[in-house]
Amino acid sequence: MTSPTPAAGDAVRLTGTAKSYGAFTAVHPLDLAVPAGSFFALLGASGCGKTTTLRMIAGLEAPTAGTVHLGGQDVTALPPYKRPVNTVFQNYALFPHLDVYENVAFGLRRRGIKSVRKQVGEMLDLVQLGPLARRRPHQLSGGQQQRVAVARALINRPQVLLLDEPLGALDLKLRRQMQLELKRIQTEVGITFVHVTHDQEEAMTMADTVAVMNAGRVEQMGAPADLYENPASTFVANFLGTSNLIEAEVAGEEGGTLHLTSGGLRLSLPAARCRAQAAVGDRVLAGVRPEKITLAHRDDEDAIPAGRNRVPGRIVDSSFIGVSTQYVVDSPVCPDLEVFVPNVGRDARLAPGAPVVLHWDPEHTFGLDAHQDIDAGLDGLEAEARGAAPERAGTAATAEEAAV
Amino acid sequence: MRPTRWLRRNLVVIAGVLALIYLMVPNLVVLAFSFNKPKGRFNYTWNHFSTDAWQHPCGVAGMCGSLTLSLKIAVYATIGATVLGTMTAFALARYRFRGRAATNMLIFLPMAMPEVVMGASLGTLFLNMRIRFGFWTILIAHIMFCLSFVVTAVKARVMSMDPRLEQAAQDLYATPAQTFYRITLPLAAPGIAAGALLSFALSFDDYIITSFNAGNSVTFPMFVWGSAQRGTPVQVNVIGTAMFVLAVVLVLAGQLAGGRRRARG
Repeated sequence: MTSPTPAAGDAVRLTGTAKSYGAFTAVHPLDLAVPAGSFFALLGASGCGKTTTLRMIAGLEAPTAGTVHLGGQDVTALPPYKRPVNTVFQNYALFPHLDVYENVAFGLRRRGIKSVRKQVGEMLDLVQLGPLARRRPHQLSGGQQQRVAVARALINRPQVLLLDEPLGALDLKLRRQMQLELKRIQTEVGITFVHVTHDQEEAMTMADTVAVMNAGRVEQMGAPADLYENPASTFVANFLGTSNLIEAEVAGEEGGTLHLTSGGLRLSLPAARCRAQAAVGDRVLAGVRPEKITLAHRDDEDAIPAGRNRVPGRIVDSSFIGVSTQYVVDSPVCPDLEVFVPNVGRDARLAPGAPVVLHWDPEHTFGLDAHQDIDAGLDGLEAEARGAAPERAGTAATAEEAAV
Repeated sequence: MRPTRWLRRNLVVIAGVLALIYLMVPNLVVLAFSFNKPKGRFNYTWNHFSTDAWQHPCGVAGMCGSLTLSLKIAVYATIGATVLGTMTAFALARYRFRGRAATNMLIFLPMAMPEVVMGASLGTLFLNMRIRFGFWTILIAHIMFCLSFVVTAVKARVMSMDPRLEQAAQDLYATPAQTFYRITLPLAAPGIAAGALLSFALSFDDYIITSFNAGNSVTFPMFVWGSAQRGTPVQVNVIGTAMFVLAVVLVLAGQLAGGRRRARG
């Protein structure tokens, strides 16, 4: 751009950017680079600082420390109306006294562009709202309002489009549809999108890169698949999908494989996938995703190939949800291991009470530091249920899964 | 059986018509007597029909002068109270500052306090400051009591406005000045208009406070009150009727415009 710097390829770069209100720190000093042209998601629970971060990029909040660069230009001191970014606000913030056409034309007119007709027409076509140009916002449905908000921001060809929970007010079906729509628009116009959301599925579906935020810090950043397969903290492991976290002790290492003991059982973990210090005697958390685990009846134990992690147990709860069956298994390593079994051929013996053996490829195990809250990233109800009774944990998890 | 059912079905309409009659009869009497040719000084008994008063509305000494003064004060007081009140309302609704709670409470006082008390104390104040009573003292007094109504009306509107709309405008390249004129002001306009209309009406027909602070000046309500002692001229009815008709026409025009906007949108 104007002043080429080493990071000129980044559409947005935050350097030590922080925000506090009095004694409360909303965002801890944050370093973040968003590559130009990417679809970037800031993911976290409410109050984690993700919206504040977005507002600092937009210029609606002034950071208490650090800088904000847009396309290589330092904009920290610039007011919002001088920044080459536009925002799609939560609940859209459409101007109620202007019709759709004037809402969309607003940014162009403010920049002194006289003939807006062609551009507004094209933009309304892009979001399929041409026939509604003369309607007022309150005469539109939620999904239509959302598209007006997107059109109103995109027409200005910003360097970065900021989206603050843009789909939060829509019902599930419409949300799915708009996710695809937004992704299509982003590919079509090639503008950098920074998307703030609390919905992990939404972030994973839409974004190229996801930054998971928790309590004012970025816990982990990466491609959705990378975050899912290699979570770096219990928060990420629990917040993105579901994880089984097993408390274990390091017994030894050989040939890049860590041997762990837990509940009297031996488990293997690739040393490269362990995020914690793992000398002999150290405590670690061994994690495995529920869909990586295979469930076998105790009678079929002999058929399990050698070299896999094995855990015996008893089925506590099972729920059939169509594409898969979700089991909760009580085992020596953990009282409520979750297992998702794809609905290929159902084994009638796998009912609550049945003795089973769980097994999975050691490569699918990840290791985490045991000095952190094992329930971080679970919502209050679920964490509570986990602590109370395995049966309730099972129902809570399945209820949530079914709702998604 | 049938009459009771009919009554039950039409009770709301009947009540509405009765209320309307109750409200309209005094105005209709004023209208009727503006066409009277009274025998003697008092316009209280019907004598015979005449359009004299309508043809010579200013035919009474001092009346049109007082009417002009009242209208002038009402316009200035409305402008003054609306500008000041709108700014006060924005300050109270948008900012935290020392003395905000006290201001919030004091703003309500003029509405709650008896007018006699306000009028008398203001009169004492002007007297002690040796300010000559007249146009300016009346105007100051009127702006004071109109202010509360404007602040209340505008504040309610501003409080219900979504602050994100202004942020959205700024995000879309509007400078603070543009944001104010394009977004804030149009959104607050209904509240400001309500405050202004109230101010005009309150100022135009105030008698009590004005009489304490008028000195030698005579406003229209004071003229009416004074002439009522000696015999009200028919022209007072003419002015009263004209004001009433004008107000009704304005309200109807406003509703028609609003209805058309809704229909178009």
